[in-house]
Amino acid sequence: MTGVPISWYLILSAVLFSLGVAGFLFRRNIITVFMCIELMLNGVNLSFITFSYHLKHVNGQIYSFFVMVVAAAEAAVGLAIILTVYKSRGTLNIDDVSSMKN
Amino acid sequence: MQLWLIPVFPLAGFLLNGIFGRRASKAFINTIAIGSVLLSFAWVLKTLLGLGDLTTPHIERYFTWIQSGSLHIGFDLAVDRLTAVMLLVVTGIGSIIHIYAIGYMAHEGGYYRFFSYMNLFMFFMLTLVLGANYLILFVGWEGVGLCSYLLIGFYFTKKFATDAGNKAFIVNRIGDFGFSLAMFLIVVQFGSLDFGTVFPAVPGKSEAALTTIAFLLLVGACGKSAQLPLYVWLPDAMAGPTPVSALIHAATMVTAGVYMVARSAAIYTHAPAAMEAVAIIGVATAFFAATIGLAQNDIKKVFAYSTVSQLGYMFLGAGCGAFSAGIYHLVTHAFFKALLFLGAGSVIHALGGEQDLRNMGGLRHKIPWTFWTMMCAGVAIAGVPPFAGFYSKDEILMAANHHAPWMYWVGVITAGMTAFYVFRAMFLAFFGKYRGEAHPHESPAVMTLPLAALALLSLGGGYIFKVPEFLAPLFPLAEEGHDLGPVLISVAAGLLGIGLAYLFYVARPELPDALVARIGGLYQLVYNKYFVDEVYGAVVVNPVVSGSREVLWKGVDVAVIDGAVNGVGSSARGIGGVLKLLQSGYIRSYALWVALGSVLLLIVMGVAGGLR
Repeated sequence: MTGVPISWYLILSAVLFSLGVAGFLFRRNIITVFMCIELMLNGVNLSFITFSYHLKHVNGQIYSFFVMVVAAAEAAVGLAIILTVYKSRGTLNIDDVSSMKN
Repeated sequence: MQLWLIPVFPLAGFLLNGIFGRRASKAFINTIAIGSVLLSFAWVLKTLLGLGDLTTPHIERYFTWIQSGSLHIGFDLAVDRLTAVMLLVVTGIGSIIHIYAIGYMAHEGGYYRFFSYMNLFMFFMLTLVLGANYLILFVGWEGVGLCSYLLIGFYFTKKFATDAGNKAFIVNRIGDFGFSLAMFLIVVQFGSLDFGTVFPAVPGKSEAALTTIAFLLLVGACGKSAQLPLYVWLPDAMAGPTPVSALIHAATMVTAGVYMVARSAAIYTHAPAAMEAVAIIGVATAFFAATIGLAQNDIKKVFAYSTVSQLGYMFLGAGCGAFSAGIYHLVTHAFFKALLFLGAGSVIHALGGEQDLRNMGGLRHKIPWTFWTMMCAGVAIAGVPPFAGFYSKDEILMAANHHAPWMYWVGVITAGMTAFYVFRAMFLAFFGKYRGEAHPHESPAVMTLPLAALALLSLGGGYIFKVPEFLAPLFPLAEEGHDLGPVLISVAAGLLGIGLAYLFYVARPELPDALVARIGGLYQLVYNKYFVDEVYGAVVVNPVVSGSREVLWKGVDVAVIDGAVNGVGSSARGIGGVLKLLQSGYIRSYALWVALGSVLLLIVMGVAGGLR
């Protein structure tokens, strides 16, 4: 890892994660929120890979595979839910889907 | 010899009548109830005849009941001569009273309930006398207490009956507490509760320990046998049906205390202070209860106080070392007191429920069987020779005279009062003119025949059954001869009592009222039973009741316990009320909380990491 120090990767990872958090908190479109979740997951993945490479230890890479699998499953289920919500409500605004009470 | 069959017959009777009695016919109930007791009686006779002279106890061990460390308690039954006497009294008198009850209870509700309780009582009483260790004895002891409670409160729709049942049960708890402590001490001292293990080991123990055990046993005996200061339940126990009074509260259960003291004679003879206490309590109770009996107007109350008084005699005998005399009196007392109660029951039956002596009178021509049989009991209890009470009372008074002359004299005075109050009741009920409104009729044969049987026993029982000689292997007979003088004095006291009663209530009926007018205060004191119930009420019962109500109920229960439970509930509701504001349903607000929580967690971890 000549030239690029580990901290850059970690900073990038943190920035990706924070972007995801910010998007999750402030965007209203469900699709966007969903993509922000993916972004957070991938930010975390990046730091897993970084540490794995840095520590010469394979665990981090395995974890990142787990995360990818979970993310894929989540994307399948999540997109299905989004489709159903859109069909029944006719909107993708997340604040309109707040009928848990009553 | 299958000793276990003796108590199991009545137990089977209890179960059959208790389960099927409600729908069964009276003939069925009678057959089961009386049959089981008669079978038990027959089995007792067969067993005793088969066991020979019984100079050594016959023990049957069935199974280990409790095994804990080195403590072994077996389910063992035993028969020795003392048990033999008790078995004969319990099953014999029990059979007679059961038969009588057929007639007495004929018109009462709860017929099957009555007989199943009576059978249950027989089971426990036989367990009590057959037990070969203190714990089996205690099982029977508690069981008869339970049956006593159930039968006192037999007329459970009447408040005084249920109150009397509660009173009997609660007062007995005090005594049983002492008994339990005594058993614990016996386990500590002897490592066993077996009579066969404990009694031979007595001579090696310290007198202090033995005295403590003996005193605690005495507390138990005082509760069960209605001695001062725990006698108060027995007069109230007369709220039960009369056969119950005769069987449980005169002939058998209340004598369990005397039996227990006699059974523990080995301990008592090595604890002279406790022996003295037994004698003093006995003589004091005998005198005290007899004075109360002088002024009661309820025929059953008279005999109830008489029972307390006669039990005092038994304790006096035991306390003076004459255990066999105490048991002797127990036996003869079972004859004549059961007869007095059954006779009183017959009178009450004849008068349609009337118990007040002031509303009786002149009954001797109307119910002659009852009259003549009760007369037999009267002369027996008054100590007129050669009837049953004379022999046993004589034995006790001789022992008292030998032990402490003042006890003898108190006993003699009590004997005079006994004769007086019994014959007062007799004269008020059977002589003079009839003062009531009912139409007296003689009881049926099923009631008069038991009366006749008991009358024969009251007349000849003392002469036929020489209990002290029979018990001599257990309790050696006293060596001193019977001086004629003291015997004559006690007989004279009895005759004097009868004569005074005749003078007061037959010859000169205006005398009692004049006497009452002269000694008004003293009469009121005795008439109101020395206000003992009132004193107990003020000193013990009311403080406990109001303490329970004000402190334990309104203080501890409502404020502390309910307060804690309700406080937990309402605090959960309050916290929930705050937390439910977070559940907005907006995903983004949840996400915000998650994010803030994560940040907080990071800060905390950072600080903690920094501190490390």
